[in-house]
Amino acid sequence: MTARDLVQLTFFALVLRPFLTLFIGLRVRGREHLPQSAPFIMIANHSSHLDTVSLLGLFPLRKLSQLRPVAAADYFERNAFVSAFSKTVFNILPITRKKITTDTNPLPRMEAALHAGQSLILFPEGTRGSGEDLARFHSGAAHLIEKCPEVPVVPVYLVNMGRSLPKGEWIPVPFFCEVRIGPPQKFQGNCREITAALETAVRQLRDL
Amino acid sequence: MINQLNPVWQMGLIVLVVLVFSSVMVALMRFLRPQGNFSELSSRIKAWWIMAAVFFGAIAVSSRISLVFFGFLSFWALKEYITLLKTRAADHRALVWVFLSVPIQYYWVGTNWYGMSIIFIPVYMFLFLPIRLVLARETAGFVASASQLQWGLMAFVFGLSHLAMLLTLPAIDNSSANGRTLLLFLVFVVEMSDVLQFVWGKTLGRHKILPTVSPNKTWEGFLGGIITTSLAALLIRFLTPFTPLETVGVALLLTVAGFFGGAVMSAVKRDFGVKDFGGLIPGHGGMLDRVDSLCYAAPVFFHYLRYFHY
Repeated sequence: MTARDLVQLTFFALVLRPFLTLFIGLRVRGREHLPQSAPFIMIANHSSHLDTVSLLGLFPLRKLSQLRPVAAADYFERNAFVSAFSKTVFNILPITRKKITTDTNPLPRMEAALHAGQSLILFPEGTRGSGEDLARFHSGAAHLIEKCPEVPVVPVYLVNMGRSLPKGEWIPVPFFCEVRIGPPQKFQGNCREITAALETAVRQLRDL
Repeated sequence: MINQLNPVWQMGLIVLVVLVFSSVMVALMRFLRPQGNFSELSSRIKAWWIMAAVFFGAIAVSSRISLVFFGFLSFWALKEYITLLKTRAADHRALVWVFLSVPIQYYWVGTNWYGMSIIFIPVYMFLFLPIRLVLARETAGFVASASQLQWGLMAFVFGLSHLAMLLTLPAIDNSSANGRTLLLFLVFVVEMSDVLQFVWGKTLGRHKILPTVSPNKTWEGFLGGIITTSLAALLIRFLTPFTPLETVGVALLLTVAGFFGGAVMSAVKRDFGVKDFGGLIPGHGGMLDRVDSLCYAAPVFFHYLRYFHY
């Protein structure tokens, strides 16, 4: 266990877990669908910074270090503090969103993480939305799934996160939030078909 | 010997007897009718055991712990209500203040500053919340937001904080009553009345009182519940400074107030289109489903006492 793992674990145990339980009152539906073994790819709708916190909070503390939320480098590496914080506490896998070159291509980095036994958390909407409707999914997640078809994909729908802590706000309001976890699936087909299937899987959880 | 016990522990003993009796009754019913389904009843009683234990723990140890406990009760009830509202994006900062007012209100109560705890929400928050909403510069839905937020503050923060305010009341001369025993009297009477109204309604209920609001409330349940509760209140008169007649009168007042508290919260649930406010307490629903009657009965009891006995 590295020093970073220890800091992350402590921060989750003492701050974020109690925050999720006592302040947010997080409800979880479909906990039985959480995969017991890594690697897997978790995809979810995105409307708040609480999304990542809640998803990481679902797992036992000892498994935290195997989870990598895939995050936009242009946002999470915007200054030294945010970068150090998100790498230490959330263990993010920073990827480039714009002007992608061979060197900055996120796909090989995500593949490498999966091959190293780490699971990925992806928000295929690409950015935080209003929380009212799902935005069109980008194709990055599908590209990854096409390359690693053996890795199970867990669809998740997050409720009320964008009401509690919307984009641009820094103080959360304790609306009850919910995580709806769908059964793990494997997807086949071309990139467009997989993207559509992912969107359908998340939408189905929304309409439960 | 029992008479020499401190009244809080005497009351604990009585509650223990009631709980043991209910558990034994359910076990007996299970034995007599093995094909019957008693799982809901049994989970309700189990939840009562836990609630009674938590409640006694919270009020018996120290007044600091009681204050935190009631603050958390308000916070959770308010959360359940606010989550069901259709809030606007522009309400965010006002909502932060709505929740911040919980610790502030309980701070006033804890410092025994009666004047402030009685005007903070009805006056200062009433004036301040619309200011915060105006600063968000969104007029569509303004009145709905301002009213719904203030209503929630009044019912679940101001109203429920009267439970904690009872604890600040001093001992009454020539009786064993003090804030803590009076709180026990209130909570026992109101919760007992909820249970007995339910029991009478289930067994004899025919004529609905408010069919469009709460189809489970019947005249038989209501009358049976408030009368038996008021008689049961005589058994715990040692917690109060009341004469026997006054005990029955106060119990009737509290059970009627509690009935309307439950009816009002039912109407709120109907409006939101939900059956329960949450799933915190198995068999009961959310926190609000359990404290709905207290939102009404607590302020009524507190101000009755303050007017007639302090």
